Amino acid sequence: MAAEQSALPEIRPEGGAAASSPVSGAEPTPALLDDRKPDSAVVRDALGVGVAVGLSGFAFGVTSAGSGLTLLQTCALSLLVFTGASQFALVGALAAGGNPFTAAAGAFFLGVRNAFYGLRLSQLLALPRAVRPFAAQWVIDETTAVTLAQPTRRAARIGFTVTGLTLYVLWNLTTLAGAAGAEAIGDTDAWGLDAASPAVFLALLAPMLTTATERITAGVAVLLALGFLPVLPAGAPVLMAALAAPLVLFLKGRADAAKGRENTMKGRAESVPADGNSAKGAGR
Amino acid sequence: MNVWIAIAATALGCYLVKLLGLLVPAGALERPLVRRLAALLPVALLAALTAQQTFSSGQHLVLDARGAGLAAAAVALMLRAPFLVIVAAAVLVTAAVRAMGG
Repeated sequence: MAAEQSALPEIRPEGGAAASSPVSGAEPTPALLDDRKPDSAVVRDALGVGVAVGLSGFAFGVTSAGSGLTLLQTCALSLLVFTGASQFALVGALAAGGNPFTAAAGAFFLGVRNAFYGLRLSQLLALPRAVRPFAAQWVIDETTAVTLAQPTRRAARIGFTVTGLTLYVLWNLTTLAGAAGAEAIGDTDAWGLDAASPAVFLALLAPMLTTATERITAGVAVLLALGFLPVLPAGAPVLMAALAAPLVLFLKGRADAAKGRENTMKGRAESVPADGNSAKGAGR
Repeated sequence: MNVWIAIAATALGCYLVKLLGLLVPAGALERPLVRRLAALLPVALLAALTAQQTFSSGQHLVLDARGAGLAAAAVALMLRAPFLVIVAAAVLVTAAVRAMGG
């Protein structure tokens, strides 16, 4: 354990460990203390996230059963797909009567972000190639959040494994409980359980709305989804709404380019006030 | 059968993108435009899904008890409530509004 930790600083060339290694014989600095985060603290972080989110599998089980999927189908989704937003999206699309491939496409596009998580994790965890096909199923929002927050490779590996295992086991058990419970309850809508799915989406969306670009994208996507709903077959409006992302990026790119040109002009004519009208149109 | 086809397609697709991230050499997907698009895509999809599952019934736009439930979830979010509380708020308020005939 100690030997492994002393070998760690080289994995984080951008972090504080490599920079502070020359003083490792001296009094530990706060940065070094941070790098020696005890395993128990990592496990505690990981369990906290794993338990809290794992329990929300109950909401998925209920929603899926309420959407008309069988117990076996619901459990298969949690076991095999294991990425919450995609699962909710799929059962929602199927309940709305979408064809299986349109429904799967919406769920798939939501899952694409996991590829980018995998890129970051593969550098941090440095997994042997043989282990990667098994670790892949756990590459999701929560495991990535916990893993990226760890100061060393050892802590990252512990964080990833404990979060992944806790979440996978709990998510599947609570899915089963939710689906079985929903069948016992009967009419899930009377209990307001059809509101669980949009609330989950909103809770996942809210922390992503950090800048104007995200907020505009969300607004355009809502307009596209609701606007196309009456005229396109089920499932298709959500795919149309996905176009909000490239559309806003394209318009933002153009606005930034225009602003860049304008700043160059302003640089030449010093007397022009800095707050031109054009700034208002630049998508704030 | 259709449901099983959808489940199989989703499971396969979602697993393969997860694996892709772990297998491709670092930098292959790191082009700025690709990264920004990948970050923005879930925003668009989640916003669309939230709106659609709250304000639609089949192919019709409706405003019913779910709207009140989502508003409750938004309030819980602003109060920085934990994930489960946010979902529970939406469910309870929706059920309460329906019970009152809303």
